[in-house]
Amino acid sequence: MTAQTVDHVSLLPLYAAAGTAVLVLLADLLFASRAAIFGALTSGGIATAAGAIVVGGSRVGTFCAASSCSWVPSPLAMVAAVVFAGLTVGVLGLSVPSLRLGTAPAGEFCFLLACSMTGGVVVGYAGDLITLIVGVETLTLPLYLLVGLRRFVPGEKVSTASASASVTFFLISVISTAIALLGAALNYAATGALHLDRLVDGVGPFAPVANAGVALLVIGLAFKVAAVPLHAWAPATYEGAPLPVAAYLSTASKLGGVLALAAIVARVDAAALTGVLAVLTMTVGNLVALRQTRMVRLLAWSSIAQAGYILAALALGGAGVAAAAAYSVFFVVLELIAFGVVVALRPPGADGGSLLAYRGAGRRSPWLGAALVLAFAGLAGLPPGLAGLFAKVTVVDALIDNGHGWLAGVVALNAVIGLAYYVRVSALLYTKPEAPGISVVDPALLEAATHPRLPVSRAVGFVLAAASLVAVALGFAPQLLFDALS
Amino acid sequence: MTIYQVALVAVVALPALGAAVVALLKDRTARLVGTGFAAVTLLPIILLPFARSSADGGLWTEVDVSWVSALNLDFHLGVDGVSYPLVALTGLLTVLCTAYLQKSSGRALTALLLVLEAGIAGTFLSFDLILFFLFFEVVLLPMYAVIAGWGGEDRRRAARKFVLYTLFGSVFLLLGVVTVAVSAGTGDLAELAGGAGLDRTTQYAAFTLLAIAFAVKAPLWPLHTWLPDAHTQAPTVGSVILAGVLLKMGTYGLVRVGVGVAPLGAEKAAPVLGILAVAAILAGSLICLRQTELKRLIAYSSVGHMGFVLLGIATLSETGLQAALLGNVAHGLITGLLFFLAGAIKDRAHTGELSELGGLRETAPRLAGVLGFAAIASLGLPGLAGFWGEAFAVVAAVQRGGGLWTTLAVLAAIGGALTAAYFLRLLRRVTHGPARVPATVASTALAPGANGHLLPGVTTVEWLAWSPLAALTLAVGLAPALVLIATSAPVRALTEALP
Repeated sequence: MTAQTVDHVSLLPLYAAAGTAVLVLLADLLFASRAAIFGALTSGGIATAAGAIVVGGSRVGTFCAASSCSWVPSPLAMVAAVVFAGLTVGVLGLSVPSLRLGTAPAGEFCFLLACSMTGGVVVGYAGDLITLIVGVETLTLPLYLLVGLRRFVPGEKVSTASASASVTFFLISVISTAIALLGAALNYAATGALHLDRLVDGVGPFAPVANAGVALLVIGLAFKVAAVPLHAWAPATYEGAPLPVAAYLSTASKLGGVLALAAIVARVDAAALTGVLAVLTMTVGNLVALRQTRMVRLLAWSSIAQAGYILAALALGGAGVAAAAAYSVFFVVLELIAFGVVVALRPPGADGGSLLAYRGAGRRSPWLGAALVLAFAGLAGLPPGLAGLFAKVTVVDALIDNGHGWLAGVVALNAVIGLAYYVRVSALLYTKPEAPGISVVDPALLEAATHPRLPVSRAVGFVLAAASLVAVALGFAPQLLFDALS
Repeated sequence: MTIYQVALVAVVALPALGAAVVALLKDRTARLVGTGFAAVTLLPIILLPFARSSADGGLWTEVDVSWVSALNLDFHLGVDGVSYPLVALTGLLTVLCTAYLQKSSGRALTALLLVLEAGIAGTFLSFDLILFFLFFEVVLLPMYAVIAGWGGEDRRRAARKFVLYTLFGSVFLLLGVVTVAVSAGTGDLAELAGGAGLDRTTQYAAFTLLAIAFAVKAPLWPLHTWLPDAHTQAPTVGSVILAGVLLKMGTYGLVRVGVGVAPLGAEKAAPVLGILAVAAILAGSLICLRQTELKRLIAYSSVGHMGFVLLGIATLSETGLQAALLGNVAHGLITGLLFFLAGAIKDRAHTGELSELGGLRETAPRLAGVLGFAAIASLGLPGLAGFWGEAFAVVAAVQRGGGLWTTLAVLAAIGGALTAAYFLRLLRRVTHGPARVPATVASTALAPGANGHLLPGVTTVEWLAWSPLAALTLAVGLAPALVLIATSAPVRALTEALP
């Protein structure tokens, strides 16, 4: 047996992402300055995205055994790598104010973020089940630490919320990985397939084993996208995690889970299971979100519901992958804006707070208010969030095209429930302040004193502007995304 | 690109651009600039009829650019005799509303009105199903914001009810539109006209979905319950736009998309639509007889009037469809005027309760005169705009023949008589009788009006807003051909496709 040649060019995105992690570590060691670390991660992220674009989507794979490869560039993989890189840099931008405050060691924080990005890139390019699961784990593993990575300055009230969130996330995640691995093993035992392009539905006496394997794989990965009934960890973890990390969890981590699920359901039949998960996820997510009184929990439940719409497209199998991928990209951009505005409206290092803290925020900060309305309208699938509208239309179109009209109906009805809470929060942003119980000479002055308008740090402002620009551009030219994905 | 195509795009693009500019300016300038944009938008609207070639029954002019090919979405705008009167009405009402706002502050409100204009005009001009859906959705959140931001006491609940109800309708629109686009492989309304490329089952399914969607928007009894709350709570300009043109998106959609794309489904569903329409006429009139609040009464009267429009559509005859189109425009003019007047009365009296109003004829003779004119126009006096649409909807039902349609025609006519009854009751309560001092004004006793009564005068801004509507009501009443001149060819095309 001869040593096979490795196509290093097609591995460029991976080299760039992994190199970023090393570079960040070195920058921390050699310069120990935050600016150097941030610069390393930002340029690394840009390099990763550039690498993915250079490789493109049509190059042949590498690490091949016979005709099947373990590293397969595809249009979807390219888009995913670009999105992961963008999200990483975006979340870094959102973290800058709290890192300056010293809530977490900058070097470690950025290193872990870069590792997570590497995992995300691998998920997109993975050509076999092992690479896929290793990719998903590399994506999540640093997040256990990031969720719990919270230092307190002397005198600050110490809270164990992030530590307990971290432990919750860790335990659930480990169990789900075990389940997914068991599923992969059973499926391998029954069909002998490890490469994605060789995955087949089980036949003969081993069919039940193969089917059980697929079901376990789907369930294991459904934990990662927080599909109901495997969702309970998400609200608690988001609430306990620092805000930018929660943003990363609900965007990048979710995207990784979606990509992994898409890789499985596109090849083997898991339509019934995925369909049930989809209906449960969107309905429960939306209904529970109606009752939330804290911002991050509301976003958490709404992002659970959004995962339901993606799962609905995935219930179509291979035919729905393009729609699911398009929806995911639209979704992560809008979700990043929503979290970004929350970060900008709260003091550095603070949690998301109660919804009441956002009363009148849109009057004090018109641009931030407009960005949040854009994000919420998009998540509800309505103009002016045109990106979100096209996302919904894409999914409904795919569902009806493939004869799943009933599921399209459930998706559309859920959009109505979803609007109820999006509109409630958006209206709250423009509500006039409550009249104080005592007579005050100048209520506006009192309001300004109790609800000061916080300065928005340059990094956060830049991330928000860039993300909003992307959302608006995708809203007016969604064909760009559809072209990139095909 | 011809000048007409530029004009077509400008009808949608100018208000949208105006909204963006207004949002960035200071309050007073913003209101002026907003009114300017709304007025300038009238220019391309005036230009459009010249694009019509007299012999051709097709589109006067169109723009067709591929937008999102993955979703079969083209940016396809077009205008013909069916859509033009409604576009013109939209442009006119928006100018009047933005001008009306000059007397109060409202930069954001002006911007929202311009967004609404872009959305509504876009809906009327869309000749692509997905684009139609997109514009249909554009109006949702701005209208919510108008009601929730500038409405009355109970505005939040009313606004929420409006937005959830109409989004619920949009769900069916989305499903219907995608069903049609997927099975026909195109979303182009011009290609789909007459149900081309759709089998019988698809047409039934599509029409059911679309009819429910438009019935919520129009609104058709029993899906109308959002309307009275929204109207009562909305600010004057909100009510005017809502009643004047927003409801017309439902009836227009039913004609253009429902009947146009799925004629077989329309034929099958016609009796059901007819029965519901007559139920709406009767229910609307009977409820109006018991109303005690001015704006609520006018809101319920809209349910009755839209019932006549839907009855005209349900007959699926040329007469009926033309009556519906005429009724649409007439209702937009008259109810727009009525809501302006109701707003003026509420501004002066600080109450809309009929029991607390009275003697307007003595305290504010001019206002009472205009109100009398609008009410009489609304009850369908021959010679004014309201008459033709309602009379010919009944005529179309009689022409359709058969026991069911004759019964429906008789019941609709009775409903018409009831309409007269409640409007006369309204006039007796509000304009006649002893002048009453509303409790709120009496308690302060410092209202700037003469001896604590209603302010008698009608301001210039108000005359400016009302007179075009009153003049057009009279003009359309005397010469309905103004609206109908260009409708016969497209309407014949619609009815010929029917089995």
